[in-house]
Amino acid sequence: MKSKKTSHGKSQLDINSESTYRIAVSKLDTNVLWRITKMAFRHRLRMAIGIVSTILAATFQLFVPQFLGRAVDQAHGLLTLTSDRATTEDALMTTALLLISASLLRGLFTMCQNYQGEAVGHLIGYNLRLSYYRQLQRLSFSWHDKVHSGDLMARGILDIEGVRMWVTTGVLRFFLLTILIGGGAIILFRIDIELGVVALAFVPIVGFRVSVARLKLRDTWMRLQDQMAKLTQIMEENLSGIRVVRAFAAQDHELNRFDKSSRIALAVTHERIGLFVRYTTQMTFVYFLSMGLVLWVGGHKVIDGEITLGELTQFLAFMSILQMPVRQIGWMINSIARASTCGGRLFNILDLEPSIADKPDATPLRITDGVLKFENVDFRYPAGDGDQRTLSGISLEARPGKTIGIVGPPGSGKSTIAQLIGRYYDVTGGSVTIDGQDIRNVSLESLRANVRIVQQEPFLFTSSVNHNVAYGDPWAGRSDIEQSAATAQLHNYISNLPSGYATLVGERGVSLSGGQRQRMSIARGVLLDGAVLVFDDSTASIDAATEQRIKSALKDIVKERAVIIIAHRLSSLMHADEILFLEEGRIVERGDHDQLLARSGRYAELYSLQTRLSDTDGEN
Amino acid sequence: MAKATPSPKSNRPPLAVVGSLVSQDEDLFGRIFDRWVVGRLGEYLRPYRARIIIAIGAVLAFTLTQLAIPLIIRAAIDDAVASGGEIAEGGALLNILVAVFIGVVVFNYIANHVQETIVGKIAGHLLFDLRRAMYAHLQVVSLSFMDKTEVGRLMSRLQGDVNALQEFLESSIFAIGDFVLLFGIIAVLLSLDARLGAMTLSVVPILFLVRIIWLPLARRAFLRARETSSATNAALAESIHGVRVVQELTREDVNFDLFDEKATDNLNSHISGSKYTNVLIPIVDGLTGAAMAIIVIVGGGLVLDQALDIGVMVAFLFYVQRFFDPIRSLTIQYSIMQRAMAAGQRIFEVLDVEVEVSNKSDAQDPKEIDGSIEFENVTFGYVADQPVLKNISFRVAPGETVALVGPTGSGKTSTMSLTHRFYDVWDGSIRVGGHDVRDLTQASLGRHIAMVLQEPYLFSGTILENIRYAKLEASRDAIIDAAKAVGAHDFIMRLGAGYETELDQGGGNLSLGQRQLLSFARALVADAKILILDEATASIDSYTELNIQRALARLLENRTAMVIAHRLATIRGADRIMVLQDGEIIETGDHAHLMASEGLYSRLYRMNYASFDDIPDDVARTLSESNDAT
Ligand SMILES: Nc1ncnc2c1ncn2[C@@H]1O[C@H](COP(=O)(O)OP(=O)(O)O)[C@@H](O)[C@H]1O
Ligand SMILES: Nc1ncnc2c1ncn2[C@@H]1O[C@H](COP(=O)(O)OP(=O)(O)O)[C@@H](O)[C@H]1O
Ligand SMILES: [Mg+2]
Repeated sequence: MKSKKTSHGKSQLDINSESTYRIAVSKLDTNVLWRITKMAFRHRLRMAIGIVSTILAATFQLFVPQFLGRAVDQAHGLLTLTSDRATTEDALMTTALLLISASLLRGLFTMCQNYQGEAVGHLIGYNLRLSYYRQLQRLSFSWHDKVHSGDLMARGILDIEGVRMWVTTGVLRFFLLTILIGGGAIILFRIDIELGVVALAFVPIVGFRVSVARLKLRDTWMRLQDQMAKLTQIMEENLSGIRVVRAFAAQDHELNRFDKSSRIALAVTHERIGLFVRYTTQMTFVYFLSMGLVLWVGGHKVIDGEITLGELTQFLAFMSILQMPVRQIGWMINSIARASTCGGRLFNILDLEPSIADKPDATPLRITDGVLKFENVDFRYPAGDGDQRTLSGISLEARPGKTIGIVGPPGSGKSTIAQLIGRYYDVTGGSVTIDGQDIRNVSLESLRANVRIVQQEPFLFTSSVNHNVAYGDPWAGRSDIEQSAATAQLHNYISNLPSGYATLVGERGVSLSGGQRQRMSIARGVLLDGAVLVFDDSTASIDAATEQRIKSALKDIVKERAVIIIAHRLSSLMHADEILFLEEGRIVERGDHDQLLARSGRYAELYSLQTRLSDTDGEN
Repeated sequence: MAKATPSPKSNRPPLAVVGSLVSQDEDLFGRIFDRWVVGRLGEYLRPYRARIIIAIGAVLAFTLTQLAIPLIIRAAIDDAVASGGEIAEGGALLNILVAVFIGVVVFNYIANHVQETIVGKIAGHLLFDLRRAMYAHLQVVSLSFMDKTEVGRLMSRLQGDVNALQEFLESSIFAIGDFVLLFGIIAVLLSLDARLGAMTLSVVPILFLVRIIWLPLARRAFLRARETSSATNAALAESIHGVRVVQELTREDVNFDLFDEKATDNLNSHISGSKYTNVLIPIVDGLTGAAMAIIVIVGGGLVLDQALDIGVMVAFLFYVQRFFDPIRSLTIQYSIMQRAMAAGQRIFEVLDVEVEVSNKSDAQDPKEIDGSIEFENVTFGYVADQPVLKNISFRVAPGETVALVGPTGSGKTSTMSLTHRFYDVWDGSIRVGGHDVRDLTQASLGRHIAMVLQEPYLFSGTILENIRYAKLEASRDAIIDAAKAVGAHDFIMRLGAGYETELDQGGGNLSLGQRQLLSFARALVADAKILILDEATASIDSYTELNIQRALARLLENRTAMVIAHRLATIRGADRIMVLQDGEIIETGDHAHLMASEGLYSRLYRMNYASFDDIPDDVARTLSESNDAT
């Protein structure tokens, strides 16, 4: 491909580890284009048909000016008395038929070419979409922490579209243009070299403009996409946090933020348009100048009798065929520029290796006793600032029938412990084992099938209640689903809804209160088997009475599993076999309820705060 | 690239879908009101009237030059070149004509530059105006609309649909130019030679016939393509937002297969749509060929009869080639246009969403209010005939701290939302500082009421910016004081950059409790007369909470507070406690009073320490009755 020659910089995307991931796109656009083109050529049959059709379409298109020239010569010939009338009429008839057939064939092959081009474009879009989807589901939490969902959406929609457009309109059209200009050049040179040179004088100038334009446009596209990503982020956050915006009547502030960002985006848009217009109009101008030269030089040549009038017509007709393509060159460059930035943004993500993945020799987790152990675990978030550890020296052991409770101030690392059990992050020191197997050595799928975490913040899919409850096991039977909902004290509520378990929830369905959502999430968790069950503060929005009933419903389940309960309400965990008091990532107290009370330390203080009646009365 | 290898098709799980169950846009795409959309777009073009007139002038000039070029060629051929004989004179004439040609080309260049620049820029402005109008409108539409509408769906209108319009607007200038050119060419052809012109144009009706058959079929195909696209994008959005749950419940493979189904559907519908776009090409080209054949045969015959100049025939041939260009591009633009019309409609739908809660024309914005809150016979619900609050009346005196307790779903949050007039009541009235909330501006409610919402939403940006959100002019000291009051200062200082630490999306790099503290600090900075705390400390331990309460005792002097909490320890210090059940206030009084009355409160309160083994049966029964009703 032509663009390969303009390669600048290193020849490889060097961004393939999550931790070095950058939002910025690498400078290596030629690689990106090359890669997209290679993807297109993977659809060999379609591309072959497409290319053959392109060649034929271009060929037939090149016939048209020749036939036109011939017709003019034939008609003119009679005027200059070089042939008789009957033969001329026959000749005109033949030329007319040839013209119709050439046009029709050209149309048919163009159709073929376009169709194949679009089909390949859609196929590539499809493949990219699938790869992108799979990749996003594979990438680890620490990566998702850092990227904005709006940005990911933009890539999944706009960038795939940008790549697809280039394949659809660019790749084959590039052939078409080359053949049209190349084939035309041969024909014209054969007629008259001098005039041919004049006719094609615009090609190198346009070519030069193209290569300049491509880089500049690409640069503005890149800036535009960045700016649009910012704008998207502002809008998305505003809409997600609309209650906060309303609560503080911050609409003006939000509009200001939007306007600021929007104005920059508009300025870049204008810059892009300005550049684009400048280049395309210049190209058309140069093209027309060439045409004027052809008329001038060619006209004199006809007058001097060096070429025929028909040949001049042929030159001019050929040039007028090029008028559309010259205009399209502009669009093509635009689409190249866009595809190379879009492709870069996509490949940046597709090339990442998830930092948390199965080891090559990973084996499935084998559950024997169901013992979960933390041994001297240290942890800090990969992206965290400072060198403060989030967890240090955590050791604990949970086994079926034994419940561990965790309390501690916000940010002490409770949720982090939960995340480590499912290996959503890797420990930075020590180890987490289940039945003696380090969780880093077992397959992720088998690990996660055995660790059930009911998260602090429930996430519901916009779907029916039973889809949501059965999210982890979409094959679950109705009775299992109802059983889980009953355990979470939700069954009665759901069965009283007009459509029962088929009721839609989520943003378009009925709105559930915070506590109802948490119970939904509990139902989802208890539907599944697994050796370890973790409740991460998952009853915070549920009133005490309901919570107690959930707990008694859970009694049987709890007996068979190692259970970890994170809670602030001490009644939620005071019956745990061991309670850990966490502070700044360290266990500062541990023991059962009575032991901890006896120590009269932090736990005892907390307990007295929640039970003694008079304490806060005095304060207020 | 890791090529997506579809995993072996497992049997399809009965209870799984990706993306919304509801077909995203079924309700929207019934018909296409092209004229309506264009009319509405016109309104947004009004500010650019002057520039549009210039642009139209440029388009006309550009088209004239386009038309002139073959005419000059004709003149050159007929008068200068083909005239044979007098060579010297022909050469001179040719030179003049070429000079004219160059002049026209320069003119063409200028006009082209002007038209494309202006149109491109107006298109840019228009899109940004539309997006801003939508965004601004979403800032005021009722929350009941926002509750029902997924952020992703709105985003797809703010971005996707606006982009679809962009494609249309930027190419529309060519369409307009093409149109003018079309008529120009017809005029020129007929004036050059009426007979030949009429015969050449005789192929045009065939084209119209073809379009009449083609249109409904193509429209259906394009519609399907668009629907499958939005379904695929919705599924993608879901996977992005729910990625943590997906990984936790190892739904990757199931979801991938389901997504593959949607994407395949999308692929097929687009490929079938592209069949419709392209089938027109050979038809148009065939007709072009036919028109040229007519010129060659008929025109050639006329030339032979000396009834037509050879140059006219050449000009005809040139015009016919150009003649079908606009027709061709207008057809190819058809799908862009369709998309744009649908997009326009979706955009205007957003703009037309009714604003149920809006400022009255004479709404007041008092500088100071006294901080009282009064509910009088308030009935309210989200769905018709299902009241959530039933005839509630209460009064909170200025400076008083009132706690609201009750089972989930009993209507506590709704009560708070009404105080801030997030929704309008069905019946009764609410007064804040003695003013009916409907008589106050929303900005004034925002200034006098500070809220800590149940879900502590934070924005990207620094911690400082987030705490300052409610009061942009708050000083750094005020912010640090607020952070200290809620006990957030210590952890903030432990973060790498302190108050300048950048938060991830939604504050993801903080724990939920920490986010709650920041959201609390944010409300304190607002320095409002009324403070509303909706489970503001649910994810915070009691010890931290106690410290907050101590600090609050000082901060809340002379301020009114309404507090929702489940942990009764949180609220037992309140001046008054109201127990809400099933949308009704069933008990009210201070802690001691309620404990003595042995009602729901005292039972709930005791429950807090009970283990699940020792809930008395009768309590469980009463409680379950009350809870199941929610
Ligand atoms: N995704 C993350 N990236 C970086 N830091 C994080 C992330 N999640 C939590 N942290 C930090 O780790 C610490 C512990 O958080 P967490 O375990 O959620 O606390 P909690 O005890 O409240 O559950 C906090 O200081 C928080 O700021
Ligand atoms: N935005 C909403 N749209 C529709 N129904 C809602 C909405 N918010 C809450 N509800 C319903 O109103 C009832 C009361 O909710 P809420 O006031 O949030 O209860 P609480 O705060 O006491 O838990 C619940 O049944 C809930 O499902
Ligand atoms: Mg937490």
